[in-house]
Amino acid sequence: MPIHDQGYRRYGGTRAGIGRSWQVMTRAGVMSIIAKRQFLALMLFAWAPFVVRAVQIYVSATFQQASFLAPKGDTFREFLDQQGAFVFFVTIYVGAGLIANDRRANALQLYLSKPMTSAEYIAGKLAILFLFLVSVTFLPAMMLLLTQAIFAGSLTFVSNNLYLLPAITLFSLAQVLLASTTMLALSSLSKSSRFVAVMYAGLFFFTTALFNALRGITGKTSFAWLSPTAALEQLGDVIFRLPPRYQVPPSVAGLTVLVLIAASLYVLSRRVRGVEIVT
Amino acid sequence: MTHTGEGQAHPLDAPRFAGPVVQCQNLSVRYGKNLALKDVTAVFPAGAVGLLGPNGAGKSTLLKSLLGFIVPEKGTMKVIDMDVATSPLEIRERIGYMPESDSHIPGMNAVSFVAYCAQLSGLPATDAMQRAHEVLYYVGLGEARYRNIETYSTGMKQRIKLAQAIVHDPDLLFLDEPTNGMDPKGRDEMLELIHDLAHNKNVNLILSSHLLPDVEFTCDHVVVMDKGTVATYGPIKALKGTTGRVYEMRIKGDEAQFISVLRGEGFDVKDSDEDVMRVFVPGAAGDNPKVLFELAARERVQVRHVRPSVPTLEDVFARAVGEK
Repeated sequence: MPIHDQGYRRYGGTRAGIGRSWQVMTRAGVMSIIAKRQFLALMLFAWAPFVVRAVQIYVSATFQQASFLAPKGDTFREFLDQQGAFVFFVTIYVGAGLIANDRRANALQLYLSKPMTSAEYIAGKLAILFLFLVSVTFLPAMMLLLTQAIFAGSLTFVSNNLYLLPAITLFSLAQVLLASTTMLALSSLSKSSRFVAVMYAGLFFFTTALFNALRGITGKTSFAWLSPTAALEQLGDVIFRLPPRYQVPPSVAGLTVLVLIAASLYVLSRRVRGVEIVT
Repeated sequence: MTHTGEGQAHPLDAPRFAGPVVQCQNLSVRYGKNLALKDVTAVFPAGAVGLLGPNGAGKSTLLKSLLGFIVPEKGTMKVIDMDVATSPLEIRERIGYMPESDSHIPGMNAVSFVAYCAQLSGLPATDAMQRAHEVLYYVGLGEARYRNIETYSTGMKQRIKLAQAIVHDPDLLFLDEPTNGMDPKGRDEMLELIHDLAHNKNVNLILSSHLLPDVEFTCDHVVVMDKGTVATYGPIKALKGTTGRVYEMRIKGDEAQFISVLRGEGFDVKDSDEDVMRVFVPGAAGDNPKVLFELAARERVQVRHVRPSVPTLEDVFARAVGEK
């Protein structure tokens, strides 16, 4: 009997309803990333500042002489600022190939021939990057707040700074959404993940350099909206109730972030298609 | 929400969708200024249907329109009795698509890839993995199922594309040039698989190809396309057999002149190598080659050889495209 006569049979089991494919994508994407040792090393580095801050909190809570190390509200802001570097590296490591590799392997037509819309495909890819970025921003910041309560043995600090909970959430969300949507949009523009990484780094450094050059020339910081990083910093200051560091109105900084996210989603909606039409 | 089958595998001969699997009505698709499909109206019956035509005829465009990848300029499409415009996901849940170009999910081995595709189509993880193994054995990749797909040969990549298309047990398969780039042995095996799927496993399929023998071997019906329109369609047997007969003919004399005379009489003539021409004599006159001898005598050419030939799909194709 030919071997193919033994193989194929009808399927009579259960099928998940339409609209869940993105979860399958996200699960597979997360598993494939965490299987890489390089990435685990990067995550260890990304959590190192948390360990340092946790030690700082422990020492300040345990030893009277070190009480000057006790965390304040802006400690968490500083922590999230520091994590910005890891957001950059994780975004490049995880995000550069998310769509670019699928485009290189013509996988989009396979995905979209399944019961899945392009919006679900984008959501599935976005969720992969989102989860990893949350794990280096929101998660350690919240853990730090919890660590403070545990080492201090009371919730006094938390209740005195209750605004930290929404502030950490909101600022992390802005950081993560901006990085993930921008990277995903760039990833949809090329078939080479390396080129995407270069584009992302270029965008990051070029806009920062442009803003700093204008600041040097004009002596003003009202061009901070030109740099997504500076716009995010300005937004962070407002969210954490700190005096804004730049002269640009916070609403303009917020608008910059929103426009970038919206533009990225628009690019994604145009680029993620089952067929590439060249006219 | 989940929906459940009968809880166990259906027998292979259990009927799937029995009505016309695809219906297109006045379908036009435009790429910029280029009209790729022009007012196409066609019905694809259940079973194995070949979508035949030369490169650029609009076959792949039609398949991609049916998948909902391309929004048509006008016209309606129904797949398994569902409207492509309103129920694309419900349709894609019940079809399998084997694309023409190399396609895979990067960084996966064959069994992970096929199981992943099954999960994307809604199968639970354990069922997906089990079926992935089975289907990979079915397409002949059982021994290579733990290899990364990127190390596969062209023939193996074609098989893995077929595997991902059938892993979720679709009611209808779209196969776009499934034998592209395969060596003769691999091609024969692929055609055997497709034939087996259609005729023993009861899977409805639409096979898009520009290779007539592939369609002739695997399909019962054919839709011939040319320059974005449907040239002819129907059961292959009927198209080949009912309206006339093909004769192989060799003559001595002015061959070009004789061919033009034959064509003037309304016969379709295909000049082949080694001085043998294939003459299609339409209608009842085709039952007797007498008419060919009479014309030869009139034109003063010697008939050296006349033999009735079994009409091939090539004749149907040539006639259909020629008529247009």
